[in-house]
Amino acid sequence: MSDQDEQFTEKSTCEFVTFTAANQSFCLDIMKIREIRRWAPVTILPHSPAEVLGVMNLRGAVIPIFDLAAGFGLGPTPHNDRNVIIVANNGTQTVGLLVQSVSEILSVSEDQIQSTPDVNSESTRQSIPEVISLENGMTRVVDLQFIARAVSQVAA
Amino acid sequence: MNSVNSIRDTFFEECEELLEALADGLSEMADGDASQDTMNAVFRAVHSIKGGAGAFALDQLVSFAHSFETVLDGLRNETIEQTTDLMRVLQKSGDLLANIVEAARSGSTFDEASLASNLDALSSYGNASSADVAPEPAFAFQPMAIDIELPDSSDTDRLSDTHVGFEIHFTPHWPFYANGHDPILLFTALAQIGEIDVALSEENLPTLDDLEENTTHLSWTITLKTDESETILHEVFEFVEGLCDLQIDPIVAEEEPLPDAIANKIPADKKISAEASAQKNTKPVGPKPTLRVDLERVDRLINTVGELIINQAMIAQRMGENSALLDADLSNDLDDYRLLARDIQEAVMAIRAQPVKPLFQRMSRIVRESADEADKTARLVVIGEGTEVDKTIIERLADPLTHMVRNAVDHGLETAQERIDAGKDPEGTITLSAAHRSGSILIEVQDDGGGLNRDKILSIAIEKNLIASDQEITDAEIDNLLFMPGFSTVEKVTSLSGRGVGMDVVKNSVVALGGRISISSTPGLGTKFSITLPLTLAVMDGMVISVADQTMVVPISAMIETIRPEPSDLHPLGTDKLLLSVRGQYIPVIDVAEILGLVRTDACPAPDVYLLIEAEGVGQCALGIDEIFDQRQVVIKSLEGNYQAIPGVAAATILGDGKIALILDTDAVALMQAGDPDRARKSNSQLEHSHE
Amino acid sequence: MTITVLAIDDSRTIRDLLRISIEDAGLQFVGAEDGVVGCEKFNEIQPDVVITDINMPNMDGFGVIETIRATGANRNVPILVLTTESGQDLKVRARNAGATGWIVKPFNDDTLISVLKRVTGFAA
Repeated sequence: MSDQDEQFTEKSTCEFVTFTAANQSFCLDIMKIREIRRWAPVTILPHSPAEVLGVMNLRGAVIPIFDLAAGFGLGPTPHNDRNVIIVANNGTQTVGLLVQSVSEILSVSEDQIQSTPDVNSESTRQSIPEVISLENGMTRVVDLQFIARAVSQVAA
Repeated sequence: MNSVNSIRDTFFEECEELLEALADGLSEMADGDASQDTMNAVFRAVHSIKGGAGAFALDQLVSFAHSFETVLDGLRNETIEQTTDLMRVLQKSGDLLANIVEAARSGSTFDEASLASNLDALSSYGNASSADVAPEPAFAFQPMAIDIELPDSSDTDRLSDTHVGFEIHFTPHWPFYANGHDPILLFTALAQIGEIDVALSEENLPTLDDLEENTTHLSWTITLKTDESETILHEVFEFVEGLCDLQIDPIVAEEEPLPDAIANKIPADKKISAEASAQKNTKPVGPKPTLRVDLERVDRLINTVGELIINQAMIAQRMGENSALLDADLSNDLDDYRLLARDIQEAVMAIRAQPVKPLFQRMSRIVRESADEADKTARLVVIGEGTEVDKTIIERLADPLTHMVRNAVDHGLETAQERIDAGKDPEGTITLSAAHRSGSILIEVQDDGGGLNRDKILSIAIEKNLIASDQEITDAEIDNLLFMPGFSTVEKVTSLSGRGVGMDVVKNSVVALGGRISISSTPGLGTKFSITLPLTLAVMDGMVISVADQTMVVPISAMIETIRPEPSDLHPLGTDKLLLSVRGQYIPVIDVAEILGLVRTDACPAPDVYLLIEAEGVGQCALGIDEIFDQRQVVIKSLEGNYQAIPGVAAATILGDGKIALILDTDAVALMQAGDPDRARKSNSQLEHSHE
Repeated sequence: MTITVLAIDDSRTIRDLLRISIEDAGLQFVGAEDGVVGCEKFNEIQPDVVITDINMPNMDGFGVIETIRATGANRNVPILVLTTESGQDLKVRARNAGATGWIVKPFNDDTLISVLKRVTGFAA
């Protein structure tokens, strides 16, 4: 991983994994992603906000699963066999993100990444600080820290 | 450099052990029942610290340890008399030594000024002793076994510039050989100084028949051509001076060396017999052999064993579902598997367990320091210091315990005069005890002071608006006000071990460890704080239950009994409350599904079984649940590592089927039901996962 | 051919320091934490040279020297004691017990190795 990392720094390109949630394209820095798993039933947490689906056992660790679409206010992700969980590192925490499907690995140079334009919604800009333009549209760069922070504010 | 740093770490680790042994020994000495072994161990502890400190050039530590050990040496040799005063100086010195070690560890120097008075005291004892017997006469070489004729210094001076070499007459005595010396090695060393010529003198050699064992007959004359000074020669002979006749004569220019002689070698049989040494069978009576292991490895093992337990449960469950597979033999084997897995788990847990002794020892120092500062006299009585507790618990207990012990001296004990007036011993006693009690650890801090001043507590609480002025309140409730956030009368200090931190912080620390703290006080007789802690942070015994289709675990420690009531035992109260009558007593009912916001399905519209629990601060409650599966040990997994605390949930665990079950926080649930959700959140006894 | 050094000291720190110096010089190091263990190890590994501390639990350095020297065939094995600057009388006592020489603590690599060289004659 670190070798790759250096390589990218040299070329100043970044790799992202793109995925679909609420029929929109999002992406996450590949360095943050630990693994991608099939959906499995979770244990419900009491008094948790709608986007917190529950907790799941990842080889002995208890990790919370968030519904990404619900977290962005785009409504709950409907149940589907193609749904997957992206297990990602968020600082010292490990979290799972429920998304509709994973699309591809995207390699882009830094100049293709642009800050999210002023959309008159601070929360949106915080959770999606950047966007990347693609041939067939646009993908949104997700900031995980913001998700977790938002959730803990709701829950606390 | 890394290796040096790691030895430095080793040194400081070792210092901790040595300081512990020192504190131990000193307190035995203070009690007057120290054996010679103890005195030696005390001396050795300080001596070893000095030795290691020397290697790292920790001068302050070396010099303090030196003054200290001089007195200890005098004590064990009985050239210094042990007095109460001296013991006080020594204990204080032990504390200071620990401080200096700590300062050295952090790379700083301990404030020299604060050592001065103690050093004076030490040296007053130390000098008294050295005046009598001179235990370590610096450089005053005792000429006991030395019969060497050293050339007089005036000779050396006179000749030092004119010599071209030396003629050395060398006759080893028997102890030379007996002490492992070999003439050839000396010759080799001399050969590096200059050109040598070695002549063996055989004149004293007896005939073979007259040869006796353990006598020496050979001598040599060595001619050495060198312009080096004689001092260098004495370095070569440093170890053998006294074990031989040695005469070194400078050779002045032009003098011819002695005629040829055959250089000879002493045949040295270097083979060592495998014969057992005389004391081979003496078994060490000291500490048991130990193995130092990286904590991470132990934790990994504990985690894996945890998984093994889960795996065992999983297999048992699968077998149970498929009864066709389960014959009697297999069932027995499965039982064995379960027991073995349990045994392994207990053994592994025991690795993390450590006696509370080092922690308690630190407290004796806190008592001395606090008493000094508060100008009181106090002693610490320790009970059950061998009690073993999980390492993490011990570590996290240090701060709250320090605070409680300080409080006990500062606020618990009266001044000496007040105590005399009350007809008590002017010296106050703080009792610190540890014991295992029914699957948990009980730690108590007790003082024999005047007891809590309830009037004062009450007025402070009213002043701070913690309670209403007209509120009816029992004595026990008044005492518990001490634990209220914001009660503390003194301004806050950041570190817990600092002064002025409220007891609420102590309580939170204890609760964070999955423990409880309570207080009891008797006017005139003293105050006692009791802390109950789990044996380990990693596992607990739980009842596996289901609530609204969710599998959950209730800690056995919270439970009193399970009840399947008749409908007539349930009595509605008001619009939404329910009371359960248990042997004539009415107990409030808590519907766990409702309080946790779980949605009940039609399959189980109402609780079926009730768990009678005792909740901290609320009393008895009946938890309404749907079904009880079984009772088993569960591995505790933190929710906070990757998520956050959840009111009503203490932690999580992984069940046999690999799914996660939440562990209910019964106290928090009871408080939530009692309409105190804020307190429920604050006093949420989150079970912490020990491996984080 | 290398030589084996048995170092007996109850201080882990000192043992580690000795180990590093000794191993860096290309010699074999064997440690023991008290006199009794030291004597057992001595019989087991038959070292070429012994370094021993004086103040130790179970059996002190004098005991170690006497025990080793009690066996005639072990008289050729050099035994060095670890002393401090001020331990002059200890040197004498150690030598009377049969010690070959001494190493003054704190020692540095050079003095340690040169003393070892002096009493064993190994070529570094």
